[in-house]
Amino acid sequence: MDKSYQPYYVPEQSPWPIVGAVAMFFIAVGAGLTVMQLGKDASSGAWTLFAGIVILIGMVVGWFRHVIDESMSGLYSAQMDRSFRQGMGWFIFSEVMFFAAFFGALFYVRMFAVPWLGGSSNNAMTNEVLWPQFEALWPLLTTPDGTATQAMPWQGLPLINTIILLTSSVTLHFAHTAIEQNERLKLKVFLGATILLGFVFLGLQVEEYIHAYTELGLKLDSGIYGNTFFMLTGFHGMHVTLGALMLLVVWLRILKGHLDSNQHFAFQAAAWYWHFVDVVWLCLFVFVYVI
Amino acid sequence: MSTTAQDQTVSHEHHGAPSGLKRWLFTTNHKDIGSLYLLFSLLMFLTGGAMAMVIRAELFQPGMQLVDPHFFNQMTTVHGLVMVFGAVMPAFTGLANWMIPMMIGAPDMALPRMNNWSFWILPFAFAILLASLFMEGGGPAFGWTFYAPLSTTYSNDNTALFVFAVHIMGVSSIMGAINVIVTIVNMRAPGMTWMKLPLFVWTWLITAFLLIAVMPVLAGAVTMVLTDKYFGTSFFDAAGGGDPVMFQHIFWFFGHPEVYIMILPAFGIISTIVPTFSRKKLFGYASMVYATSSIALLSFVVWAHHMFTTGMPLAGELFFMYATMLISVPTGVKVFNWVATMWRGSISFEIPMMFAIAFIVLFTLGGFSGLMLAITPADFQYHDTYFVVAHFHYVLVTGAVFSIMAAAYYWLPKWTGNMFNETLAQWHFWLSLVSVNVLFFPMHFVGLAGMPRRIPDYALQFADFNAIISVGGFAFGLSQLLFVAVVFKCVAGGKPAEDKVWDGAEGLEWQVASPAPYHTFSTPPKVD
Repeated sequence: MDKSYQPYYVPEQSPWPIVGAVAMFFIAVGAGLTVMQLGKDASSGAWTLFAGIVILIGMVVGWFRHVIDESMSGLYSAQMDRSFRQGMGWFIFSEVMFFAAFFGALFYVRMFAVPWLGGSSNNAMTNEVLWPQFEALWPLLTTPDGTATQAMPWQGLPLINTIILLTSSVTLHFAHTAIEQNERLKLKVFLGATILLGFVFLGLQVEEYIHAYTELGLKLDSGIYGNTFFMLTGFHGMHVTLGALMLLVVWLRILKGHLDSNQHFAFQAAAWYWHFVDVVWLCLFVFVYVI
Repeated sequence: MSTTAQDQTVSHEHHGAPSGLKRWLFTTNHKDIGSLYLLFSLLMFLTGGAMAMVIRAELFQPGMQLVDPHFFNQMTTVHGLVMVFGAVMPAFTGLANWMIPMMIGAPDMALPRMNNWSFWILPFAFAILLASLFMEGGGPAFGWTFYAPLSTTYSNDNTALFVFAVHIMGVSSIMGAINVIVTIVNMRAPGMTWMKLPLFVWTWLITAFLLIAVMPVLAGAVTMVLTDKYFGTSFFDAAGGGDPVMFQHIFWFFGHPEVYIMILPAFGIISTIVPTFSRKKLFGYASMVYATSSIALLSFVVWAHHMFTTGMPLAGELFFMYATMLISVPTGVKVFNWVATMWRGSISFEIPMMFAIAFIVLFTLGGFSGLMLAITPADFQYHDTYFVVAHFHYVLVTGAVFSIMAAAYYWLPKWTGNMFNETLAQWHFWLSLVSVNVLFFPMHFVGLAGMPRRIPDYALQFADFNAIISVGGFAFGLSQLLFVAVVFKCVAGGKPAEDKVWDGAEGLEWQVASPAPYHTFSTPPKVD
């Protein structure tokens, strides 16, 4: 037996997972009821959802505080660290596949569904019988049943947002080199800048949505162009929010003196996640806005 | 494979199992969580089975007898959902939890707390799904595949609960799968190299990859259903520029790998049991690994064989037909390897082996009907008939479920420390074997003759076969109560099991005591 083997840390019993399961229950029931009660005079769903989110936040805080204490007291081995890293990597892969579903829908609609409705391939009669006035174009500004909207141009806010997000990836990379070389001040500044850029991005995204809804008449329900536009940018925005919160927590920990050049899984996980949302945005920018 | 595992002598800060309810609610122990998964799966198996009994009772005679059509639709839908997501998948996850750490010489799963979270989400998710059956408007009634526009335009108002229940099931599956992959990649004992891994571990590694790849796509599909139904989007509505067929593409991109998620671990189980009772090494270990991997990779490019009648372009029909038929090559490799393992082996017919042999024969039969369905022009005849129902019940019941039974009988003595009641188990096996074929075999005939699936009534010429099918169904359902009896008797007591329960068994799990101590391999064994 290898004498240097450090036992793998198997935690004692923990109350947090079951709290998390209860939170998921409240969130699922609450979200379901909220959706079912849309436009009705009832708010039990919204309250259930709210309770679920509060429990979930409590769970995350409690669980992470526990994990951070364990980490700071040196319970984790290099093998444990690898488990965390691999776990995060696979989690990001699952997120990639989640976006793949929506990108898949976008590509299918643009390559098949819309052209077929317009009569391409052997679908002349589809067009003739269903909506003979329909013209297949992308962005699809007039749907077969006649809902009209305007396209979001890529110049302007989307381009500025692209530059902001790309810049944030660069500042995050500087922060990463800083943590590896133990340059704490540089780390704090660049990580702080990254988070700031993230929130600026989100602010501009809100601005863009307001512009779309009020001036362009581009809404979630304005046909498949609006559907794909808002679902893709919306889910991306949620992921940016989550990524920014992760970076924020890491930043606060760094201010408290946690994480050093050897052990900084939390930083790395958040950084990976941030680069991932950045790459998703690039795909979005190309396929939703430009092309 | 020999090891120097002296785990029980190693003292460490951990103690035995905590007592009371808290043990199960707060547990981080892979064996506890494995037991919870298996127990939950058994409960869901009986729940889904009860729904199947309702279906078969209604179909016993032509005409409408017992339930109204809307309730019938809810039964077929929820039966499917419960069996797929509540019975088969958690059973395999339970087996993975129990066995993978012991098989690779790890102290536990890599992320023990997340493991507990993965499990405990499931009872809540199914509580939501099943509760919707009792709500005004009823539960989901659009088939387990929830095709648009059945699930969007024509579904009842409770669909949102279905959507979010599926979401949290997905979260549970993804976390479970991440745990399995990380455990296998990161926690193998020194010397447990890739090509020494037990096949159950290999097949689960690949299954976990499939889960992480496709469960998020299912989440995307239900999300689009949700927004189409409640928020005015038109992903699956041609009037807004979408396409209902696109739903099927997205769903089956998840759905086809999903069916391999439910069969690859079964391959692993059979590849474990057959060598044990043939007292020979598995024939063609490496080819088994490569075959499993190729089946998994091919599963990503065959989804549209579920959609031959939707009017795909000809090139699509041809591609998906040939790609599907290609899968029979690695699957055939597996079947031949199992048979070759038994060839000139010194075979004994204990219960796990009986189920394994039944699996090989009957799963192969299900594979053949799958091959028939893969042929595009022929599929136009079979599509949406009972022939399809027969096909997927052969691969899922006599395939996946039989393998789970085999695994349960194979490892029960290791889990409980007691031998199970052989006589009762024999009864369970033979009754199941006969009744399952009475149940599903005639479905081929009524299907070929054109009886449509998911319809509560049928033309008079199908009456005789349907009566036979229903009798088989009731018999199979009742036989499973014997299984429950065997399991609970075995947990309660019985002849003490030896550490190495089966004399041809190989692997690390047989080198620890029976019942397996609460913590095993806190120090990794050396494998050479």
